[in-house]
Amino acid sequence: MTQALDVRGLTTRFETRKGWVTAVNDVSFSVAPGRIMGLVGESGSGKSVTGFSIMGLIDAPGEVSAGEVLVGGRDMRKLSPEDRRKMRGRDVAMVFQDPMMTLNPVLKVGDQMAMAVRVHDPMSKRAALDRAQAALETVGIPAARERLEVYPHQLSGGMRQRVAIATALLHSPSVIIADEPTTALDVSIQGQILAEVRRLADETGTAFVWVSHDLAVVSSLADEVCVMYAGRIVETGPTDRVIAAPRHPYTKGLIGSVPGLHEPGEKLPQIPGATPQLVNLPTGCPFRPRCFRATPACEAPPPRVALQDRVVLCHHPLEGTA
Amino acid sequence: MATAMETASPSRGQKLREFWQDYRRSPVAVISLAVILLLLALSFGAPLVTPQDPYDMAALDWMDAFLRPGTEGSGGYAHVLGTDNAGRDMLSAILYGLRTSFVIGVSAGALALMAGICVGLVAAYSGGRIEALLMRIVDLQLSMPAILLALVLVAMLGQGVPQIILALVVAQYAYFARTTHGAATVERGKDYIEAARSTPLPTRRILFRHLLPNVLPPLIVVATVQVASAIALEATLSFLGVGLPLTEPSLGSLISNGFKYIHTDRYWLSIFPGVALMITVVAINLVGDQVRTVLDPRNRR
Amino acid sequence: MLGYLAQRIAQAVVVIFAMSIIVFVGVFAIGNPIDVMIDPAATEQMRDELIRRYGLDLPLWQQYFLFLQNVARGDLGTSMIYNVPVVGLIFSRLPATLDLVLVSVSIAGLIGIPAGIWAGYKPDSKSAKIIMALSVLGFSVPTFWIGMLLIMAFAVHLGWLPSGGRGEVGTILGIPTSLATLNGWSHVILPALNLSLFKMGLMIRLARAGMVEAMRTDYVKFARAQGLPDRQIVTSHVMRNIMIPIVTVFGLELGSTLAFAVVTESVFNWPGVGKLIIDSILQLDRPVMVAYLVMVVTLFVLINLVVDLIYARLDPRVRLKGGA
Repeated sequence: MTQALDVRGLTTRFETRKGWVTAVNDVSFSVAPGRIMGLVGESGSGKSVTGFSIMGLIDAPGEVSAGEVLVGGRDMRKLSPEDRRKMRGRDVAMVFQDPMMTLNPVLKVGDQMAMAVRVHDPMSKRAALDRAQAALETVGIPAARERLEVYPHQLSGGMRQRVAIATALLHSPSVIIADEPTTALDVSIQGQILAEVRRLADETGTAFVWVSHDLAVVSSLADEVCVMYAGRIVETGPTDRVIAAPRHPYTKGLIGSVPGLHEPGEKLPQIPGATPQLVNLPTGCPFRPRCFRATPACEAPPPRVALQDRVVLCHHPLEGTA
Repeated sequence: MATAMETASPSRGQKLREFWQDYRRSPVAVISLAVILLLLALSFGAPLVTPQDPYDMAALDWMDAFLRPGTEGSGGYAHVLGTDNAGRDMLSAILYGLRTSFVIGVSAGALALMAGICVGLVAAYSGGRIEALLMRIVDLQLSMPAILLALVLVAMLGQGVPQIILALVVAQYAYFARTTHGAATVERGKDYIEAARSTPLPTRRILFRHLLPNVLPPLIVVATVQVASAIALEATLSFLGVGLPLTEPSLGSLISNGFKYIHTDRYWLSIFPGVALMITVVAINLVGDQVRTVLDPRNRR
Repeated sequence: MLGYLAQRIAQAVVVIFAMSIIVFVGVFAIGNPIDVMIDPAATEQMRDELIRRYGLDLPLWQQYFLFLQNVARGDLGTSMIYNVPVVGLIFSRLPATLDLVLVSVSIAGLIGIPAGIWAGYKPDSKSAKIIMALSVLGFSVPTFWIGMLLIMAFAVHLGWLPSGGRGEVGTILGIPTSLATLNGWSHVILPALNLSLFKMGLMIRLARAGMVEAMRTDYVKFARAQGLPDRQIVTSHVMRNIMIPIVTVFGLELGSTLAFAVVTESVFNWPGVGKLIIDSILQLDRPVMVAYLVMVVTLFVLINLVVDLIYARLDPRVRLKGGA
């Protein structure tokens, strides 16, 4: 089966006054239609930048310097800026973290959505509003017609995030990149939205890249997971397998520090040290200074090790337990 | 991204070095700074570098009036920028005038800065009615053009350098007061001020040791702009006839004098002092612009 | 809201009163107008009579009181130079200034706002840098000097446009204006351009700042993620957001342009209110100065009041604080 999204060797860097900093380093993964890929990591690990790089929305002083982004078999990076723009919203869409900020406060919801419809499919405003209404209904917004007539501040946060997701769905894109879309929401609202997204993926065949720092959310939602550390994907595989038996020491540490994945009363282990600064990463494996399995061998760049159900970027992957 | 790269509080010297590194990014700003330093040196060294003392009426010769630029006069030297209607060497007059402009601009700026800091800090610190009253006055003053205020004040106070400086201070302190107050209210809400207030430190000490350093960066920017603005204002007042008289040459009065001959071909009487004024004011503003850019935390990379 | 309104209006009235006292006392400090007005050869008797006629022999507070009484009747005094009521004098000069202000504010807005938006949209481009450099020029180079350059270039050297005066005056809606005749327009262009440069610099900066701010927002990124072309993002999404502060400042600036006209009017010998006030300062025509300043202060207080009230309507937080 062809992949909805195929990212190969994506590299994004930013110019700072201390020189170029690589925020996304040789990232590769793919998502099949109807599947959800979780992209997990601490803040600063490059997961959001990966999302924006796929969209082609990295602005100066940053640039995507290498790699391919294949959406439906077309490499977005090889297209002209104009053709790439035409793919945005139609073939690959994005949802942002803070629903309070993603909608324009001075425009009605319907006007914003109609604009998004008509940019790719020229039609009357009335027809565009009909399509917008249908999209709102798809994400479970009651009284959708009336919602089109209100301004964003008249809606709750959860409702606004649904509007944002509905906007992303307007052209039935093959991929939606969701950049921490539930982080700013109440837990109960978060649960509803997660269920809605799961249903949408199954019913419409849309592939999701779900960027999150919250391993608990990703473990309950995603089919596959990519764990990012210092701009690299250090471990990728089926979510349940990775959670049950992490093979990269960092993944193990990350899972270890999530309360929900533990027995009550059990002491939560923590990863020692702090997230590294991208400006002066240690040579070789960037996780080396914090890793309990580090050896002198780790001073060389870590190899990409393909195990039976996953890929790990490590000199000393953990033993599989199952 | 930014948080990951922030380094733990660097020393003052290091900060200055980083500031200069960022400042240097704009060649225009570096040139502007060099121009200002050059003009400062030339104008304050005017008695040493100019062929004539334009204040000294005895040194002026009516025979030398309206000499074209480059012509040799009775003094036996070439008047590079020509002479005016009284036989003043324009180059000398401009450098002396520039000195007057710098003195007025810098002292007005510095005094307005001090007055504005006091008003702003007192308002921010005392709060309540005093704050409301002070800031309302400041707001009202800010909504009025400084030129109008300065015009009326100079008309009241009379001509002369101290009077002009006073008028400019009254017209300009409000900018500093607003900036100080704005920054101080933001800082006031922060924990460290609350912490300082809950200790038995005297109020004055909290104001000047704790609040002031944090409101300083925006003030530096305003100060640069206001010095330029003071120089321009003084020139405008002198041009309108209420500032300095021609016997005490400032750039404004020189231009004003040249304006009388604007319909003749004696362009040098007004063009050269005008160019000097423009270069000075623009250079200061460009420096201020770059300082603003460098100090703006949003432009940190 | 109503309490807030009353409180603000009361404040405004107090400020106007206070300012009128300051202005009155201040103006009193300027020279002795009799010396200017009277022929040095005049007799002591003529001099005394003149002093009595203008009430200059009364104590200051009585003069102020008299002034207030007259103000209540709409009489702000009589010009010592022109010997006509100052209110009429100022209003007769107002249309000329309004011509200038109207044209210059239009120039500033029509050129400054699009230029600023462009500079904010592509802040690192060459053109943006040129626009910003020009705005620094418009901002910092003194108006009178630019005015002189304009006269030198277009009036003296090229001879295309007149160097001063108002030209032929026609009427539109009963108001005498230079904008009714071609000759009038040829006179208004240079001074209006001169007056507009400062505002244009301001507009460029405001529009650029708003644009830069807006381009960093999530809603712009979201719109880009939807595949909207930049042109449409700017016109449909960003413009709406940045126009609010720009229009506010525009309103405020209208008042200050009126006052700023003193310089331009002096350079171009434009017979407006600004020229009048400069002349009356130089000639110590006290009643005109007092009347003009009181009117300007009132104007600014009113503009401030209106802006405050509009903000209170726009921002519910301000409203609640005032009502409590």
